[in-house]
Amino acid sequence: RVTRKRSVDKAGQFFGSGHTNNWAVTCTSQFWFNYRHVANTLSVYRSVKRLGIPDSHIVLMLADDMACNHRNPKPATVFSHKNMELNVYGDDVEVDYRGYEVTVENFLRVLTGRLPPSTPRSKRLLSDDRSNILIYLTGHGGNGFLKFQDSEEISNVELADAFEQMWQKRRYNELLFIIDTCQGASMYERFYSPNLMALASSQVGEDSLSHQPDLAIGVHLMDRYTFYLLEFLEDIHPASTTNMNDLFKVCPKSQCVSTPGHRTDLFLRDPGSVLITDFFGSVRKVEITMETINLTSPVEQVEDKPVDGDLQRETHSYVDQLPVSEIIHQKPKQKDWHPPDGFILGLWTLILLVFFKTYGVKHLKHIF
Amino acid sequence: MKCISVSALFLSCSLCCQLLVPLILSLCLSLSPSERRQGQHAALAIAAVVIIVGVPLWWRTTETYRAWLPVTQINELAKLQLQLSVDVEVVFARGTLTPEQQKKVPLTQTQDEEHMVDGEDLLMVVEVYIGQRRTAMLRIGAQMRVGRTLKQLLAHLEPRIQQVLQVMSFSHSDITAALSDRVRPSPGNKESLADSMRAFKSSPGYEITFSLLNPDPKSHRLHWDIESAVQNYIQPLLTKLAPVANFSIDSQILYYAMLGVNPRYDSSLSAYTLSADSLAHVINPVEARLGSNAASSNPVLNFLLYVPDAHHSPLYIHDHKKQKVHSNAFHSPRWGGIMVYNVNDFYGPDPVFPMDINISMAKVMGVFLAQLRLLLGVQSSATPPGFVVASCGSAGLADWELDRLMWSRTVENVATATTTITSLAQLLDQIGNIVINDNIAQQVSSTVTSLQLAVAELEAGNLGFALQYSKEAILASERAFFDPSLLHLLYFPDDQKFAIYIPLFLPMCVPILLSLLKMLSEARQRRKEKQAKRD
Repeated sequence: RVTRKRSVDKAGQFFGSGHTNNWAVTCTSQFWFNYRHVANTLSVYRSVKRLGIPDSHIVLMLADDMACNHRNPKPATVFSHKNMELNVYGDDVEVDYRGYEVTVENFLRVLTGRLPPSTPRSKRLLSDDRSNILIYLTGHGGNGFLKFQDSEEISNVELADAFEQMWQKRRYNELLFIIDTCQGASMYERFYSPNLMALASSQVGEDSLSHQPDLAIGVHLMDRYTFYLLEFLEDIHPASTTNMNDLFKVCPKSQCVSTPGHRTDLFLRDPGSVLITDFFGSVRKVEITMETINLTSPVEQVEDKPVDGDLQRETHSYVDQLPVSEIIHQKPKQKDWHPPDGFILGLWTLILLVFFKTYGVKHLKHIF
Repeated sequence: MKCISVSALFLSCSLCCQLLVPLILSLCLSLSPSERRQGQHAALAIAAVVIIVGVPLWWRTTETYRAWLPVTQINELAKLQLQLSVDVEVVFARGTLTPEQQKKVPLTQTQDEEHMVDGEDLLMVVEVYIGQRRTAMLRIGAQMRVGRTLKQLLAHLEPRIQQVLQVMSFSHSDITAALSDRVRPSPGNKESLADSMRAFKSSPGYEITFSLLNPDPKSHRLHWDIESAVQNYIQPLLTKLAPVANFSIDSQILYYAMLGVNPRYDSSLSAYTLSADSLAHVINPVEARLGSNAASSNPVLNFLLYVPDAHHSPLYIHDHKKQKVHSNAFHSPRWGGIMVYNVNDFYGPDPVFPMDINISMAKVMGVFLAQLRLLLGVQSSATPPGFVVASCGSAGLADWELDRLMWSRTVENVATATTTITSLAQLLDQIGNIVINDNIAQQVSSTVTSLQLAVAELEAGNLGFALQYSKEAILASERAFFDPSLLHLLYFPDDQKFAIYIPLFLPMCVPILLSLLKMLSEARQRRKEKQAKRD
């Protein structure tokens, strides 16, 4: 009887939420006037790190051209508040996809896992069926799409399909999707996979507005929804028990001007029982190790025995150096002959036409 | 896009000069009949070229290449009807059976088991002893000793043997846990849920990292002989587990690495303690500083050995009942384990810092080995009452435990590979725009073959081959599913497709249609005239 009771207690810890690790994927757009999107993303990144998710479990996609932009009066910083209180760029930001690597293709590849084999660990989403994933997207959006880098779009259908592929391969246990763009609610309309919860900063037909401009830097620093979201997250610490219903109340219409929306019909658990730290933090489940194995054999000392010198000594060999002299005095490679380009042909045709026009066709026999 | 432009170019070139001529001719009223007929022939020829040559050319050049996939076989496998068979040999000890009964014992008796046997409430007496290899000893109950009929004897033995088999091979809950991808475990079975969450998922390889955390190098100079410890204690287990997965081991030492939690001083023990609730917050700050092998995507098992600094020694871990934990270690599911190693015993009467300390690797490895067994899914939930299990020996793994692991891994691999290719086939079916290259089709075919072989071997009871085929199936299915070329980027909404084709084809089709209509109306007129003439 005793053993059975203990195992029930142990299992009780697990039964709160079925996840064992957390991941976060964040994203944004580029150009100086989109400063606020980068500040949004970096602030969420900071909160998530503060609450415990390590960099190895965060895939941060950032255009990353704000801190060192020529127009930034305070170089190497990105501020999120007009009193320049908090430099969200800091010393230990680990950006996994920066600049031109932030594309719809890479984002979908990260989500579905279809990356080329040469991709390093830090650029992959190595989640399993017990991972809770937080995805935060921000930027410019419209009815049914989100702009990436101001040159590409991702549509809500593609996103829903990507999540379905993740579900098919069981790459997540539960997924929280937050989007802070204009008409953000349209992005989660098409979701159809289970265990998805979505939050958006505005409904279809509404615009998400920015919070406050900073006169010294010259741009808006943050969006309203993310600003109030961060105020809310500042009160969360790793051991707090605030649940999702409080998150839904963040930024009511009076503060945000737009109406935030959320979608929980695909989520299996009741949102009131889901802790904020289930997604934003990384609270590990822990079990006490009750049993040990009795190892009695003594450890053999590894002696430096000079055994048949050849076996012990590792043969080091160096790769042959590049034959520099040959490279310097190399003859140019024979290029394959290509037929003349269209431009050259057109030019010669023009010259011939003009010639025959002026001098008449009887000069043809002088050419051929 | 190139294909579209090529075919469109061909079609438009094929009519650019010729089309205008017959159109104008046919529209002109002052044409001679032969010229008009010439115009009509030209229009007909162009229409014929467009329909017979142009349209198929456009279709072929704009379709996506999709290699053939064995969809029917995949759907059959998706039903996942597995038959698992275990060969059992029952040996009767001398004296339990009379000679006549011995002759009548049926040589083979197969038992088809589809439901879990409800655990009986046996008395707390040792009735079964399970050994290190694949044997178990059953003790017949007292009431059976005196001569009973063979039938009664066998009837008494059967449920007991079933129970033993469930412990030593697999039980319904084990298989359900292995299939947790497809089958959500029933809420009543919390233990198996905890087990399934703790052990790592089946993977072709694992990385094991041993880290020594020394927050106080000024006081302690730690020496740990990790290489020989791994060689002597961990390697035998990993060698035995070689058919299941590949393992790579590395080790590191971190200096000035503190735990994220401040331990509390307990004056009754005159020691520092870490309560069970604070353990969850210990791991995250440390994890940020741990290195890992960036080359592979295999799951990583971290084992940390923490030697508390001189000011916080000794440090004990308390469980939920505020009792000291004997092993002074804890583990986190699907991550690894941490052990706290107190060194204040090594301080002499007059400690001079920094002190040289040799860590006793046998004790440390004993704990890590136990945690490793748990994390790999070797250890199972509590055995039924009345069972005594022999200790697992120097390899750290009994043969039947290995079998148990292999059974669940094989089933898990087969289920996962089946799910993967089924969903891949469904996905490719739904999204008609994805290009299916030959290598993907080949991977899928080889997955299907390996799966069929694995299922056959499971039926026959050859565990080793079944596991090998299931591993091949998983590798091939993952390679097919995660092929970088399968990205669904060719999504065009229908209105965009119209917007692309209409400017190309409408200007071309309108003159053809108009000229054909004109010819039809002229032919009809002529027929009317002929009829009028006859009349």
